[in-house]
Amino acid sequence: MRAAVILFPGSNREGDVARALHQASGVRPPILRHDEVDLPARTDLVVLPGGFAYGDYLRCGAIAARAPIMDAVRAHARRGGLVLGVCNGFQVLCEAGLLPGILMRNADLRFICRMQHLRVENNRTRYSNAYALGQVVKVAIAHGEGNYVADSATIERLEDAGRVAFRYCDAAGKVGGLANPNGSTHDIAGIYSEGFNVLGLMPHPENLIDPLIGGVDGRGLFASLMAA
Amino acid sequence: MSAAEPEITDALVASHGLKPDEYARFVALLGRTPSFTELGIVSAMWNEHCSYKSSRIHLRKLPTSAPWVIQGPGENAGVIDIGDGLACVFKMESHNHPSFIEPYQGAGTGVGGILRDVFTMGARPVACLNFLRFGAPDHPKTRHLVAGVVAGIGGYGNSFGVPTVGGSVGFHKRYDGNILVNAMAVGIARADEIFYAKATGVGNPIVYLGSKTGRDGIHGATMASAAFEADAEEKRPTVQVGDPFAEKLLLEACLELMASGAVIAIQDMGAAGLTSSAVEMGAKGDLGIELDLDAVPCRETGMTAYEMMLSESQERMLMVLHPEKAAIAEAIFRKWGLDFAAIGKTTDDLRFVVKRHGKVMADLPIKELGDQAPAYDRPWIATPKQPILSAPDIAPPMSNHDALLKLVASPDLCSKRWVYEQYDSLILGNTIEGPGGDAAVVRLGDGPKGLALTTDATPRYCEADPVEGGKQAVAEAWRNLIAVGARPLALTDNLNFGNPEKPEAMGQFVGCLAGIGEAARALDFPIVSGNVSLYNETMGAGILPTPAIGGVGLVDDVAKAATIAFKSAGEAVLLVGGAGTWLGRSAYLETICGREEGAPPPVDLVAERRNGQFVFALIRAGRLTAVHDISDGGLAVALAEMAVAGRLGAHIDAGAPDGAGHDFLFGEDQGRYVVAAQAAQAAAIVDEAKAAGVAVQRLGTTGGDALTLPGEAPILLADLATAFESWLPAFMAGPQREIA
Amino acid sequence: MKARVIVTLKGGVLDPQGKAIEGALKSLGVDGVASVRQGKVFDIEIEAADREAAQHRLSAACEKLLTNTIVENYSVEIA
Repeated sequence: MRAAVILFPGSNREGDVARALHQASGVRPPILRHDEVDLPARTDLVVLPGGFAYGDYLRCGAIAARAPIMDAVRAHARRGGLVLGVCNGFQVLCEAGLLPGILMRNADLRFICRMQHLRVENNRTRYSNAYALGQVVKVAIAHGEGNYVADSATIERLEDAGRVAFRYCDAAGKVGGLANPNGSTHDIAGIYSEGFNVLGLMPHPENLIDPLIGGVDGRGLFASLMAA
Repeated sequence: MSAAEPEITDALVASHGLKPDEYARFVALLGRTPSFTELGIVSAMWNEHCSYKSSRIHLRKLPTSAPWVIQGPGENAGVIDIGDGLACVFKMESHNHPSFIEPYQGAGTGVGGILRDVFTMGARPVACLNFLRFGAPDHPKTRHLVAGVVAGIGGYGNSFGVPTVGGSVGFHKRYDGNILVNAMAVGIARADEIFYAKATGVGNPIVYLGSKTGRDGIHGATMASAAFEADAEEKRPTVQVGDPFAEKLLLEACLELMASGAVIAIQDMGAAGLTSSAVEMGAKGDLGIELDLDAVPCRETGMTAYEMMLSESQERMLMVLHPEKAAIAEAIFRKWGLDFAAIGKTTDDLRFVVKRHGKVMADLPIKELGDQAPAYDRPWIATPKQPILSAPDIAPPMSNHDALLKLVASPDLCSKRWVYEQYDSLILGNTIEGPGGDAAVVRLGDGPKGLALTTDATPRYCEADPVEGGKQAVAEAWRNLIAVGARPLALTDNLNFGNPEKPEAMGQFVGCLAGIGEAARALDFPIVSGNVSLYNETMGAGILPTPAIGGVGLVDDVAKAATIAFKSAGEAVLLVGGAGTWLGRSAYLETICGREEGAPPPVDLVAERRNGQFVFALIRAGRLTAVHDISDGGLAVALAEMAVAGRLGAHIDAGAPDGAGHDFLFGEDQGRYVVAAQAAQAAAIVDEAKAAGVAVQRLGTTGGDALTLPGEAPILLADLATAFESWLPAFMAGPQREIA
Repeated sequence: MKARVIVTLKGGVLDPQGKAIEGALKSLGVDGVASVRQGKVFDIEIEAADREAAQHRLSAACEKLLTNTIVENYSVEIA
């Protein structure tokens, strides 16, 4: 598994995700600048990290989605290559047209950082097969605009095709109410592309890879990828 | 195209905040009448903020050195050696007034400024903390200010990409018209790669880096000058606007530039921007500085020399570069999309020369601008001693059970989750302990070492007895570091006081400093950086004297760091440091009895050190399962916090057979901790304590779903947690919620 | 020439900021506020041969970057 992490100006969790990839694979992934036009040869996985690319000015992810490197990322995705967008990276993927919908301001208008439980909604993908179906995992969230919105036809399509990757839930796996931190439609925390090769998710599995720091529930995603 | 400069009149001098004798001193120094630009420059250099004119002589008495101190006060930030070739760089600074005017931008730019102070020294920021004080909850502005300040701190730090790991939030009516927003930043650098402000070499280029200059933050005095200009139709902004995105790029560009070997000296453009940064670089290096302002990147048209010298636009730096590496430096900055302009050079004449449109607008002696700034030994009177209240004379108005529920739901003691969940505390993946404990713990790289960080002060103690209050602020910071298993190393202070021209307020300042110095000496806890914020008053009423202390300690192995949460049932709960007796100035007296009276608890620094070392040794040996210092609200509140954090109750049976007194449960005697240990360890710990001269008594046992105080009905954890967690969200959702 | 681009949320898209402002206006005693939707305004100086050409360029700017057409509409005014 050859991974590459994209660094936009204003990205700030590139080190966190590189650390998780390194831990899972023993290889430190290259970090690519936004103004490059090619991915390294034989890249399997492109990661768009968390942060505030271009300050998130205009709209979250909007300017990053139009950065030079994104043509290469789109071409990689078209070829069936893996693209993972975490938090700001998810916002970029939506703005780039690689995933449907958009991430809007959190329903209560506040940035929220806390530990959050997720339910694994599909464990038959290259991102999730190290988890059990319905497994409840604890990861971190840290975002101000994570409220997933799409038209009802799109939501229906996502649900029917099993493209909802994770849903916000409580420790017992129950969705809804206070377990939904941002008002996201259908408690959606992450979604797949039609080919299940692109995953966007708001939470930060890369921050839950260490027993001293919250736990290791995030490792499953990286372990899945390394086995893919 | 620049407008002619106005005549210097007495009124203009006064509007610049210079006293007649200060102005006379300046004229004597110059040997002539200054130009308008020169008046602006000196007003910036000689104001309280830059010159520390009221505080300098007192600050000199503080202990600032220790074998592990690399750089004490006087640079952008303090630097301490933390072993393995690494240094910790940190400082705390206030942004009180701007945050009151525009809370979101004021607080955000406060965070931005302190982060720049840290990375200017070559350090990569690894954590932020803050110390916030707001007015009474029922004051009409309080909710709006809390919402804006918290969003502003989060908005800047979250985007910049540094975890905000801790802080302190409190309320008191004396901050109604003057809130406190103190921000602390902590960074890590190689100990042998620290960068300083001191310029060297004659003829070296002075380079401007970062964002463009606008009319931001030009102080009120400029308003007077607006009258002299024809095109003053646009009201000038005095609120600085932060751009965390630009600052993140500035960080990366600066660190890359420093690694390239191009940098001789570097200084952040903070308060009084270009003026103080340029003067400082020259004066520290015994060099003159010549600036050509035509080269300064500007965001607005028609800016005068005066405006450019006083602008406080954010995210800007000044550097002296090795001339042969200037091109490399420029390429690095262009890559990051930031402005880079050579705007002057170092000279050998010790003059500070500023040119605009080919004309010399200022020509001042550079050393004297700093060295000859006024320094005052202002008259002060000591705060009168308050009576010592005897606990038996304080009638409890309610049961201890009810008092505890009320205390944990009070504005000062309730959970600050609503606040800290708006801060990204997890980014960088090294936050071992985030907000909500005694001190935050941040791992260094892949460990095992970590930094412990805390901010503390108890303003109501300082008000009643500045000396004891000053001691207590330092002792509490030290104790909070001990409580997570850290060796306290050094501190930064942010001294927030009222009007120094009032002898009572000056007496508070002098008293607190005496206490801070005494405690810092006794605890080997030197002051390596800090900030003084005076004139915090509205309508003649000063704030509570508030010397916020930011403490830094070193944890040798973060896996052994202690937390406050009870871990498992059947463990012994022990009290270290003796029984509570002191209710004067306590949270109990204020919240339960409605009285703000009496002398605060005295701080016995010998006992503090002895008790702390005892607890520290137990943590290091892995013999304690939970540790919490006893502070506001006393023993009962400490127990409640430990139970709520661990979702595990405790049965407390110490005290008198028919129940414990309110002094035992709520007394705020200093130098104390609650610890938990496996039951089998308890007897040995008590014995060892006796041998070490430390008072330790067994309080009870963990377990169950309730906290039971002696002689009281059990309090269900669910009720305790609800009381603790509900007040702040309910307050912030209140009826007149405003938009941040 | 000077142009102004106005970007608004499409009808039916939840606008929590607009809703909060609406609530605040009501609580501040501003009568008669039925609803608030928040949008964005861009003042743009653009060079073009004529208004039609400018309009064309600005529409492209909106489609390419200034709006997310999933949730936003835009209009262009040329002074």
